[in-house]
Amino acid sequence: MTSSSIRRATPASYAIVFVLALVALGPILVMLTTSLKLKTQIFGEGASFFFMPTLQNYDAVLSDGQNVRYLTNSLIVACVSTILTLGFGCTAAYAIVRFRFLGRDVASTATLLMRMVPPAVLTVPVFTIWTYQYGLNNTLTGVILVYTGLNLPFVIWILQSFLVQVPRQLEEAARMDGANPYQIFFMVVLPLIKPGLAAAAIFTFRIAWNEFILGLVLTNRFTRTMPVKVSLFINEHNIEWGQIMAVGALIAIPPLVFTFMASRQIITGMTAGAVKG
Amino acid sequence: MQLSDGFEGKLMPAGATAGAAVPTPLRGTAKYLPLRKALNRAAPYVFIAPAAIITTLALAYPMLQSVWLSFRDWSLGTPLGQSRFVGLANYEWLLHDPNFWASAAVTLTFAFAVVVVEVLLGVMLAILLDRELRFVSLFRTIFILPMMVAPIVVGLVWRYMYNEQFGTFAHLLKALGFAPVPWLSSPKLALISVIIADVWQWTPFIFILSLAALQSLPASALEAARIDGATHWQMVWHIKVPLMMPVIAVAALLRLIDAFKVLEVIYILTEGGPGLSTEIMSLHIYKTAFVSQQLGQAAALSNMLLLIVLALTVIFAALTAVRQRREKLAAARR
Repeated sequence: MTSSSIRRATPASYAIVFVLALVALGPILVMLTTSLKLKTQIFGEGASFFFMPTLQNYDAVLSDGQNVRYLTNSLIVACVSTILTLGFGCTAAYAIVRFRFLGRDVASTATLLMRMVPPAVLTVPVFTIWTYQYGLNNTLTGVILVYTGLNLPFVIWILQSFLVQVPRQLEEAARMDGANPYQIFFMVVLPLIKPGLAAAAIFTFRIAWNEFILGLVLTNRFTRTMPVKVSLFINEHNIEWGQIMAVGALIAIPPLVFTFMASRQIITGMTAGAVKG
Repeated sequence: MQLSDGFEGKLMPAGATAGAAVPTPLRGTAKYLPLRKALNRAAPYVFIAPAAIITTLALAYPMLQSVWLSFRDWSLGTPLGQSRFVGLANYEWLLHDPNFWASAAVTLTFAFAVVVVEVLLGVMLAILLDRELRFVSLFRTIFILPMMVAPIVVGLVWRYMYNEQFGTFAHLLKALGFAPVPWLSSPKLALISVIIADVWQWTPFIFILSLAALQSLPASALEAARIDGATHWQMVWHIKVPLMMPVIAVAALLRLIDAFKVLEVIYILTEGGPGLSTEIMSLHIYKTAFVSQQLGQAAALSNMLLLIVLALTVIFAALTAVRQRREKLAAARR
């Protein structure tokens, strides 16, 4: 694109961008400030932007052993399923992109179809099968299994668009040097798609960390994840808004941190499927 | 391609004939041990097997089970063995259940409303902001933040902000001298409030995709239009928007499919109420299964939702195929 075809920014465009940024950040800031307020400040008259921040809500949330357990559960589920999904997903994506084999078309169509399945559709059969056949109800393993399944099509979809861009000549050259397909994949191809893996990892972690409905159906009071706990919090009569917002912030922070660390990869991952087609 | 081909043959040819171009001496099989050769030949299957097994266990089999369950009468709490086969009774019940139609209407209204609003807003903003902005990457990072927040947390925050006594909007309206608005407690407003929260979270998705599309448009077309003396808005309307259309269509369809998945935000904001005014199908499935405890009926409902999403997915796939063919044609013409 020639630079002359992009128009210069005017003060007005900066104003628009600034307002948009405020709108995007607003609710997140509301959550953070509320989590730092005392009950009396939350219910007080008028929106007060000037207040003495307190960590009392976080203290109350984190000194409750249950909450710590649920946060730990969330962390285990999200990390393990992210690792499994990436490991299985990258090899599958490579097979679909680079090989011709029996069932390749089925695999590629199934990936697209399964990416679209709403989690709510899975609640009834997954609850049934996990309870009556796999014996995995109320276990973290059960949650990890369903999250890995749910995320795999998504990861395969993202990684395909990165794998297509790997120059085939590199693989050919490695093969000439006597490398077998496994060596080619792990030593030549995998290092080249690191940005794709980063994007896929963030997407997977985010979905597993944030997921709620399947977690609600599959866990009990020992194996609950944090999003499930929050939903039970909110339907109590005396809602402790300060504490709820503190929990909300605790759930929101890991994905937000990832976003700041790797926004380039996230945007590439997001645009990969749609813009390049 | 046949299975008996060696690994060399199975690597997809780069060009149409590259497969045949592999130098024959390398095909010499003598240096391969039989086992190794078999392993190499099985490579694609080894690569795909773990993912295939997991998705079969965790996705494909449950979806088949869902079909089977939808033909049975089974309530939560009784053993699965006591359920009985009822044929199409669950589906028949669904079609005669006003609650099902109400929730279908809510789902369609919600899905199309969010997609239309998000696409219009997102594309407009992208066109407006397709300029040489400073700090572009910082702003882009800020815009993707809402998408990264857990839907359940989005629900919490918006429920707080919508609170009629001490919520953010209540304070704002009061400061400006307006009467309080029953955001979530009025059946008429609740759906709109829910839509606003979704628009907040997902407009950036369309915006970022559209901006990426705008900035990767072929310079030649824009240059030609400029030489022909097109004004800025003529270029936007007659060249940029049509060229962006494929990306907009794909992004809109992805959003539409995702809109049918929405559950958490609404679960937290309104739990489907007041009445059934925000009870989208995902939530209706959950309630039928785990509140009314009718698992067979819930399975039937699930399959209906799945059918809708499947239809949209087929459209999506067709759209992508058409696009790829067109791009190939364009590449061949060049």
